[in-house]
Amino acid sequence: MNYGPLLFFGIFLTIASSWCGLVLIPQLQFGGQQAVKLESGEQYPPVRPGGAQRGEAVYRANGCIYCHSQQVRAAEFGADIKRNWGTRRTVALDYIRDKPVMLGTMRTGPDLSNIGVRNPSRSWQLTHLFNPQSTSAGSVMPPFGFLFETRKAGQRPAPDALQLPAPFNPPPGFEVVPTQAANDLVDYLLSLKANVPLPEAK
Amino acid sequence: MSSTPSTSLLKALSPSDHDEDLVQRKALLAEIDASCRLPVLLFFICGTLWLLVGTLFALITSWKMHHPDLLGNIAWLTFGRVRPVHLNTVIFGFASEVAIGVSLWLMCRLCRVTLMHKWIIIMAAVFWNVGVVVGVLGILAGDNTGIEWLEFPPYASPILFFSYALIAVWGIITFRFRREKHLYVSQWYLLAALLWFPWLYSSANIMLIMDPVRGTVQSAVNWWFAHNVLGLWFTPIGLAAIYYFIPKVTGKPIHSYYLSALGFWSLALFYNWNGGHHLVGGPMPAWLVTVSIVASVMMTIPVVTVGINHHLTMKGSFHMLRHSPTLRFMVFGGMNYTVASLHGVLSALRSVSEVTHFTHHTISHAHTGMYAFFTMVMFGSMYYIIPRLTLREWPSAMLIRVHFWFTALGIILYMGPLTLGGILQGYAMLNPDVPFLDVVKLTVPYLKIRTVAGIIIAIGHTAFFINLTWIILRQLQPYRQPTRMIIAATRNAINPALP
Repeated sequence: MNYGPLLFFGIFLTIASSWCGLVLIPQLQFGGQQAVKLESGEQYPPVRPGGAQRGEAVYRANGCIYCHSQQVRAAEFGADIKRNWGTRRTVALDYIRDKPVMLGTMRTGPDLSNIGVRNPSRSWQLTHLFNPQSTSAGSVMPPFGFLFETRKAGQRPAPDALQLPAPFNPPPGFEVVPTQAANDLVDYLLSLKANVPLPEAK
Repeated sequence: MSSTPSTSLLKALSPSDHDEDLVQRKALLAEIDASCRLPVLLFFICGTLWLLVGTLFALITSWKMHHPDLLGNIAWLTFGRVRPVHLNTVIFGFASEVAIGVSLWLMCRLCRVTLMHKWIIIMAAVFWNVGVVVGVLGILAGDNTGIEWLEFPPYASPILFFSYALIAVWGIITFRFRREKHLYVSQWYLLAALLWFPWLYSSANIMLIMDPVRGTVQSAVNWWFAHNVLGLWFTPIGLAAIYYFIPKVTGKPIHSYYLSALGFWSLALFYNWNGGHHLVGGPMPAWLVTVSIVASVMMTIPVVTVGINHHLTMKGSFHMLRHSPTLRFMVFGGMNYTVASLHGVLSALRSVSEVTHFTHHTISHAHTGMYAFFTMVMFGSMYYIIPRLTLREWPSAMLIRVHFWFTALGIILYMGPLTLGGILQGYAMLNPDVPFLDVVKLTVPYLKIRTVAGIIIAIGHTAFFINLTWIILRQLQPYRQPTRMIIAATRNAINPALP
């Protein structure tokens, strides 16, 4: 193998093959997928409202993907559906509005494909984000206190102040309120719903 | 040292030619090393500094996994930011920089040409480091792209790409000017890596960040890229180094040319199709995942071929492990290449992946490949190259021993328990009767062992850093006495049969 051009040609050809196979063909096969119209007349997947779109950026910036997947495997593969992480497997259509697609490869925490269905309580989500130990003792999830503001309480507590259980509550006269970023993040989490029945997910 | 009978006969008949030849070869080697000195050392020193930064972030990340309150309320030090900073500093800071340094030096040595216009490479090194600094600050500031292995924000990656283009073009130009007509197996791998990486990096950046494709095509591109960073960038350079240094240190040629060729072309054919096995069970077409699993299984061919070839080259020379740090790191790395790859073949299978995907098992596997194989091979290479660039010997044999044993035992302590913990975690997750929080608690002891392993590895890195600083300081002092390195260089020059 002392012939340089042959070597170059082989090196070029091998990478070109996988680029065609794993990049180009998927793009041609399902890269142009469009939202569908459901029987109810709504579009699926729906466009995320502004808060949820900003929340997607908070999710991305703080690396939630490193511990949470957003994909439900089929009923006969793994225990995803038995764990109530979804009612059906997720399919390509579920992701076409995601920027970027954050499938995830790790489940240090549970899957979040349907967190908006499984736990739609805004106050639970906020309390959990502020300090995961307050709702899930023994969790290894980091606290996201920096998305909240601990401030002096006024005459009346703010309407959105967190109701924290005993050891986690702020000192007397103080209250914990979510910042815009925390509310956006929860908007995003509550928008995660991959439960619309689709023919290809049966 | 053996030499081929024909050359020695010729030399015996014509001693004057021999002397001239020897002097010329010696002069050429000295000239090549001198031309590489500044640029290659720059990559090695900066790479080692990134290694320390990356190790620090690794320890913070690992600690947070069992004590999430550590630095918990500082936005830029939250888990989801320090983890990608760890990955990107060790991949693009440490591993890539040292890999570039080793590749350039090997290329010059094997082509028998000096590194021309070295200021181009020095400039590339500066740009590369600026790119990594900007990228790391970007991630800490919250500009993570959200794409695994490609977290650097869009304002950092073009700097890296520009720098890389300079390096790749320069590597190929050096190759065009080669004086040695015979192409050694290491050169195949180096050329391949130099050409594959820009294709990967530019494709992924364009299709995922600049003008993103839609939906899960992103995931296909993402894992085609991410797996190939290991498969088509680090692995070929690691193998090129093993192919060069084992014969160099043992004084024996590679066992089989045909096995080398088979190993190279089968790797080139199969490795780049592996990426889809990261998406087993995911919302992807079945064919895409299946074709990647098939390619992953086919990886057995290059791995076993290369393993046999290296083993048969080493056979009879294992006693040299006691004295040569380079060889010790190379052999440890080479053995772990086999372990990591065969482990990867197993993990790609659907039945195994059902359990181990989404668990710490994968993290452990990634460290077997990136650390136990590649990083150890790079350490071994630096132990050989740096004394030849500085013309000084390593100041402390003790520090080298500390480096080897702490990193080797540390990574074994990392891999074993975390692999086991991952498997247990996987089985627990498959059982819907086990509450999720119990699955989390089950993994905590293994995560703590991982932190201990990380601390042990960090001690090894510190030892290397001290030795490196020391030898550089010695280099800055006036030259006092000839070292054994000169003698070794002379011996190598006499024997042209060796690479």
